[in-house]
Amino acid sequence: METQKSHLNYIEDTQGRKGIFAWILSTDHKRIGILYLISITTFFLVGGLLGGLMRLELAAPGETVMDAQTYNGLFTVHGIIMIFMVVIPGLGAVFGNFFLPIMIGARDVAFPKLNLFSWYLYMTGALLAVYSQFAGTGAPDTGWTFYAPYSTDSSTNVIPAVFAAFVLGFSSILTGLNFIVTIHRMRAPGMTWFRMPLFPWSLYATAWIQVLATPIVGITLMMIVAERWFQIGFFDPALGGDPILYQHLFWIYSHPAVYIMILPAMGVISEIIPTFVKKAVFGYKAIALSSIAIAGVGYFVWGHHMYTSGMSGTARWFFSFLTFIVAVPSAIKVFNWVSTMYKGSIDVRTPFLYAASFIFLFMIGGLTGLVLGSLASDVHVHDTAFVVAHFHYIIFGGMGFSFFAAIHYWWPKMFGKMYNEFKANVAWLIVFIGFNVLYFPQFIIGIQGMPRRYFDYLPQFHTGHLISSIGAAILLTGIVMMIVNLMKSRKNGNPAGINPWGGVTLEWTVPTPPPVENFDEIPTITEHPYTFD
Amino acid sequence: MNFLQIFSGASNMVEGVDRSFVVIFGISLFFLIGITGVMVYFIIRYDKKRNPKATQIEGSNTLEIVWTVVPLVLVMVMFYYGYRGYAKMREVPDDAMNIKVIAYMWDWDFEYENGKVSKDLYLPIDKPIKLNLTSIDVVHSLYIPSFRVKEDAVPRKDNYLWFIPQMEGEYEVLCTEYCGLRHSFMGAKAIVMKQDNFNIWLADFTPVDSGTIKGLEILRANACIGCHSLDGSKLVGPSFQGLFGASRTVLVDGVEKSVIADEKYLIHSIKEPNAEVVKGYPANVMQSYTKLLTDEQITDVANYLKTLK
Repeated sequence: METQKSHLNYIEDTQGRKGIFAWILSTDHKRIGILYLISITTFFLVGGLLGGLMRLELAAPGETVMDAQTYNGLFTVHGIIMIFMVVIPGLGAVFGNFFLPIMIGARDVAFPKLNLFSWYLYMTGALLAVYSQFAGTGAPDTGWTFYAPYSTDSSTNVIPAVFAAFVLGFSSILTGLNFIVTIHRMRAPGMTWFRMPLFPWSLYATAWIQVLATPIVGITLMMIVAERWFQIGFFDPALGGDPILYQHLFWIYSHPAVYIMILPAMGVISEIIPTFVKKAVFGYKAIALSSIAIAGVGYFVWGHHMYTSGMSGTARWFFSFLTFIVAVPSAIKVFNWVSTMYKGSIDVRTPFLYAASFIFLFMIGGLTGLVLGSLASDVHVHDTAFVVAHFHYIIFGGMGFSFFAAIHYWWPKMFGKMYNEFKANVAWLIVFIGFNVLYFPQFIIGIQGMPRRYFDYLPQFHTGHLISSIGAAILLTGIVMMIVNLMKSRKNGNPAGINPWGGVTLEWTVPTPPPVENFDEIPTITEHPYTFD
Repeated sequence: MNFLQIFSGASNMVEGVDRSFVVIFGISLFFLIGITGVMVYFIIRYDKKRNPKATQIEGSNTLEIVWTVVPLVLVMVMFYYGYRGYAKMREVPDDAMNIKVIAYMWDWDFEYENGKVSKDLYLPIDKPIKLNLTSIDVVHSLYIPSFRVKEDAVPRKDNYLWFIPQMEGEYEVLCTEYCGLRHSFMGAKAIVMKQDNFNIWLADFTPVDSGTIKGLEILRANACIGCHSLDGSKLVGPSFQGLFGASRTVLVDGVEKSVIADEKYLIHSIKEPNAEVVKGYPANVMQSYTKLLTDEQITDVANYLKTLK
């Protein structure tokens, strides 16, 4: 019976599969989203733990809890896990999978089987990365950037790590492809491009980067394998290759990858702010189109990672110029978010706290990026702790806080239960303080000349490092509190209802948790996505 | 933490770098404080208790244009200052003194025009210096924070940087491109002195025994120093420093035995590395170099090790 079916939510409806198979064989986009949520959270905790161990070692100068080789392995694997397994798939794979079809009024993504296959690819890559840490000749020690010729010479487990990144790349490409087709072909009747919510818009811009840029890093990583196995000289000067070629190829992907992380993060913020301000987002078109502008210009700024590599002078100023240009669409978004709050009726709840702190941290990350984009000042701070602080403000303060905002925003819809908001707010405060205590001192020691990827350091940097390590402990405490609070709500939480925040996008119109095919009847869209009465 | 140290002018590049930094920092701080302030004000002023009903505003084209054009102009100003500071870094004066910098895992050699090679960078004050950078293994990067200079040393590529040291003193030289196990220890000193003192230092040219130089080159070419340090630090194998003539406990077929590291022992250890393994180090890590090095080369290595006190 049709009405009966609509009461069965996606968690109850196992579609005849038993136990774990109801999850790992299901092609329901929501179940796949949950699979990603569990796997990505697990790897985030592992990567965070490795980062914590690094901070422990750096709390005092000299060798304290580990030797240099272990430390070099730690920052490499921390980077590989966090970049390739957490922040690049992160928002798209978890919340994109779960909410993109619902938000555009579709029953699933365009290719549900391919979607499940992408998760299997992701897990294969992830297991390879874990294998590279423990098996054979020891953890790779090249840094997540695998710079040649060091990476073609190092005797450690570089090959499995490179294959891991390669396989994870394919997972990313297929997810991107799936989202592009879904958004083009499966929007509900009446949902024109400019009636589409902003999170799907950001996923659309991101998906194009995933499809167009990821193959380049795949090819590059295969070239490393060819060099190591068959002595074909692409990058190693001893074989007639050029190490700078490697850096170009690597950053042609890995810079746009930064936008793969941050665009969906911006999309999440653009959803959360209107909901809690009870007001249409300010400058909807400007926000939507600035995503496309960032994705477009973002392709051509990779050289700003290489100002000191010996590139030609023309290339240096060209890349610097474009890097400054790409700052503008990000600024436009910030202005629009803040303007959305003007004359709103603001309900300060946990997701809003994370979203507002996202804006603050993202501004610090973006503005310090200008110091790095400028040719003269970059010469001083390039490859110092300043860079480490900058990109953690963007990646963690940006993508990370956006992820925390998203999980608190959509958790009631995904699981049907409301978490303890007081505890969630306390955890937010601890996470926010810990984050700043951890990363802000690194700006200062970076300006003072503390290089990055240093196992040991000069005595004048001790205070900064020590404060930073204390921040890591605070941050870790906050994150554990946040996760425990969310997990507890699965048992003890109050039922969340269909629309706990008063949101107006389509996911707040379907039952909580949503049924397998989301909608009994596909809605017809007649107005702007953020219409509050 | 002496934050103001960043504005001291130890070289002529400090001004351009710090000016570009201050321009960007000033504009950024203004916007950071301004936007955060406005945001916090809105959150308090338009709290649902104070303002129960939101006013629906869809946007404003005028504002969109303003906050597109104003940031665009400001970032172009920032770009200009960055470019200006950088342009100077690429225009080397004709009378600059050339010093060849050879980077390798994990140390620097500074080679002067008269052939003198130094482990530290001695410099005359107020004279343009051009460092010609290259590497013999992986990518390194030469960084002198106080001088605001940095450029990568890339194998088979000729990179350069230049500056005029303006204050006497000792400054840190660091490697900022990750290069493996001892990356964070790959440091040297830049020592800026009066021209007269520098001339005396430069002329004090005690030619090093050619056999010794050859020995070091062989050690580098065969990556020996990847496992055996030259400075006493413990790597995969025992350090070469202070090895010659020292007494060591070794294991021969599992039995402990005390030996003196004389020339015979050194040569034997290169040819049969696993026959007598120093206690505390793993066996079967190193392979025999009998087929890789000639007897003459092995003698050169031994002679070099004798000089490493």
